[in-house]
Amino acid sequence: MALLIPAAAGLAFLVLPLAGLLIRTPWRSLPERLAAPGVLAALRLSLFTATLATIVCVLLGVPLAWLLARTEFPGRRLVRALVTVPLVLPPVVGGVALLLVFGRRGLIGQWLDSAFGITLPFTTAGVVVAEAFVAMPFLVIAVEGALRGSDTRYEEAAATLGAGRFAVFRRVTLPLVAPGVAAGAVLCWARALGEFGATITFAGNFPGRTQTMPLAVYLALETDLDAALVLSLMLLTVSVGILAALRDKWITSP
Amino acid sequence: MRLRALAALLTAALALTACSGGSGDAGTSASSGRSGVTGEVTVFAAASLTESFTRIGRDFEAAYPGTKVTFNFGGSSALAAQITQGAPADLFAAASPATVKTVTDAGLTDGEAVTLVRNELVIVVAKGNPKGITGLAGLTQPGLKVALCAEQVPCGAAAKKALDAASVKVTPVTLEQDVKAALQKVKLGEVDAALVYRTDAQAAAADVAAVEFPESAKAVNDYPIAVLKDAPHKAAAQKLLAWIRSDKGMAVLTQAGFQTP
Amino acid sequence: MDHEPVKGLDAQLIVRRAGGFRLDVRLTVAPGEVVALLGPNGAGKSTALRALAGLLPLSDGHVILDGRVLDRPADRVLVPPDRRPVGVVFQDYLLFPHLTALDNVAFGPRHHGRGTADARSIAAGWLDRVGLAAYARSKPRRLSGGQAQRVALARALAVEPALLLLDEPLSALDARTRLDTRAQLHRHLGEHPGATLLVTHDPLDALVLADRLIIVEDGVVVQEGDAATITAQPRTDYVAQLVGLNLYRGQADGHVITVPGGFTLTAADTVRGDAFVAFPPSALALYPNRPDGSPSNTWPATITGVQQHGDYLRVQLSGPIEAAADITPAAAIRLQLSPGQPVWAALKATETRAYPA
Repeated sequence: MALLIPAAAGLAFLVLPLAGLLIRTPWRSLPERLAAPGVLAALRLSLFTATLATIVCVLLGVPLAWLLARTEFPGRRLVRALVTVPLVLPPVVGGVALLLVFGRRGLIGQWLDSAFGITLPFTTAGVVVAEAFVAMPFLVIAVEGALRGSDTRYEEAAATLGAGRFAVFRRVTLPLVAPGVAAGAVLCWARALGEFGATITFAGNFPGRTQTMPLAVYLALETDLDAALVLSLMLLTVSVGILAALRDKWITSP
Repeated sequence: MRLRALAALLTAALALTACSGGSGDAGTSASSGRSGVTGEVTVFAAASLTESFTRIGRDFEAAYPGTKVTFNFGGSSALAAQITQGAPADLFAAASPATVKTVTDAGLTDGEAVTLVRNELVIVVAKGNPKGITGLAGLTQPGLKVALCAEQVPCGAAAKKALDAASVKVTPVTLEQDVKAALQKVKLGEVDAALVYRTDAQAAAADVAAVEFPESAKAVNDYPIAVLKDAPHKAAAQKLLAWIRSDKGMAVLTQAGFQTP
Repeated sequence: MDHEPVKGLDAQLIVRRAGGFRLDVRLTVAPGEVVALLGPNGAGKSTALRALAGLLPLSDGHVILDGRVLDRPADRVLVPPDRRPVGVVFQDYLLFPHLTALDNVAFGPRHHGRGTADARSIAAGWLDRVGLAAYARSKPRRLSGGQAQRVALARALAVEPALLLLDEPLSALDARTRLDTRAQLHRHLGEHPGATLLVTHDPLDALVLADRLIIVEDGVVVQEGDAATITAQPRTDYVAQLVGLNLYRGQADGHVITVPGGFTLTAADTVRGDAFVAFPPSALALYPNRPDGSPSNTWPATITGVQQHGDYLRVQLSGPIEAAADITPAAAIRLQLSPGQPVWAALKATETRAYPA
């Protein structure tokens, strides 16, 4: 009982806003609103960029988590704290920070522009960058936790069988922490899907190119609450559906 | 793990709808003095009024000791939504008549709103105007990056009106969520030009240059202001409104780049 | 200095750890020889095994296998574990849970340059040799303890290591499985052409599986030799307890050894100077009163504890010397044993061994 009551309160706290959303949804005008121009494009863009951002996070975040969990180096505590910066940084500030680095006049952006003619702001790639920046900590923290929880003696056993560091990582470490990576990727994807502040600040807002669902929801909110509700509901339905479908496939222990 | 994923999902969902966090509770205790006005007046005002209203509020407090003016600055539509959802505000000044209309239509204003000031659009460019932009037609230069406000927000609606009036077709790289964001993109050099209010351009005069264009007269933006019907401190609010509309108040506003109606 | 054997293991393992622990063990294992490193928990056995496998760098000393230096801090040589021709059977086997038995065994050959198909066929051969061909496709969690142990052995042997290390290979098994698995392990170790080092705290495993025993306590070798020598002539309390002997150290003068405190024991052997004297608990007889006859090797003692030990009783005695005596249940009834009861102990000199310390 001592646990059930706060648990129920916690669940209610999380679910009630969702219920509010559902109650207020204009069901009658739902079909025509869903068919409104740009809605599908925003949804498609959201799913595409969130997935791409998750892939980027896995490719960069898993090695980073490995570094934090499996190696000793001076300043590791500091690095771990830095990894969580995007979690505490207001996303809009994150977006500005990204502009200062990858923008047209940014530290790296300037060079990317002059050397390769690549500019990230106002492009779909920019959306992926913003989403990956904000979502990466979720993956790194989940995978580092999984790595710390896994038995390193399996890695030692693999080493005595002739496997080098990378082979150990690929053939033993990674399969053992696969559930953790999957859980981290799911969190990461969900966070990327809902990303708003960093995206609109860094990548701007242009339908079909950088306008993801959260941006469309925000702008719809300016003029038409009902439209915003429909868009939110759609985003929720699709993401919950995808997560539920993937969960059984991914998040199971070996 | 399932729960964690679900929690994160819901958090993300909530983040979408909770973009505007208004400080709604202006808990006040009005002790009406013997003469004049006292008490705390809560003003919900459009973000573009931030600098002017802050100054006017200080002047008002100095003139009427015992009063206190607190502001909630934000996007006009977000403020309107907060008021219709019951936020305790005394005075509402918005950047577009349409947003005030949602409050008036809900029967929440004390009488009709009056037009306080007008704001016109200008083109802001990097200092020194490196691209040599002289008018709206200059925004169609190939390769030029332009930021406009999204049509859903007042500055975007005004920009569309001005561009239509000039029969100029601009392809922006981004449709920003508010005028400050559009201005910021110019400041950071991410875009070459943006259409923003004169007041915003003037406030950022240290970082950007403003280019006037004749069609801006066709896209004037009115700033209505109204005392709210359920104002907790209506008397003080009315006093403040009168002060704002007085010569002293208007001087502050015109100095910031607003035009008198 | 030392003449180094061309073949087999030659190691001087010196490891210093924070907290003051220091391991300093010299060991050699010839090809085909099985050596057991025996000692109590915390003696440094596992540290030694990890150092040999390359999982723990030496502080000093050397590891040389078949003439190749694998670790010698003085020369800044340290070969990582994956480049050592060493196979390890870990205490709880550490079979990769996500791989089948076959792929577990194929893992080594695969990382020794064999192609997938080649590695699998080698693995299948090894699984067959340990009698588990039928379990090739099983995941480790489907295997019994004994089967997992055999897969782990096959996995370690599949890379044909010059040195095979076994860490408490039977300790995770129940008594019945242990007996079978020990016998099979004995056979496989006999067929292994390389050197084998077995780390255990179980004297029976060591005695059955090893050709030679090295006993470590507190990081140093206290005794080394074949099973017969060690069981007959233990040199520390730990070893004496392992082999079930009472052991004392004292000054010998012919047949008589004087232990600290002035008490004397008479042995069949003739020794002079610093010496050990040892006898099995069965060599002690207990009487309610002072026995008649020979006055030597009898003393009054007090019973401090009684334990069931197989089909006899082991009686712990205090007195001039601490000792353990094994008596039959019938004798126990006659004596009406209970802790605190005074008895007389008598020792047969013919079963008492004395040897120089």
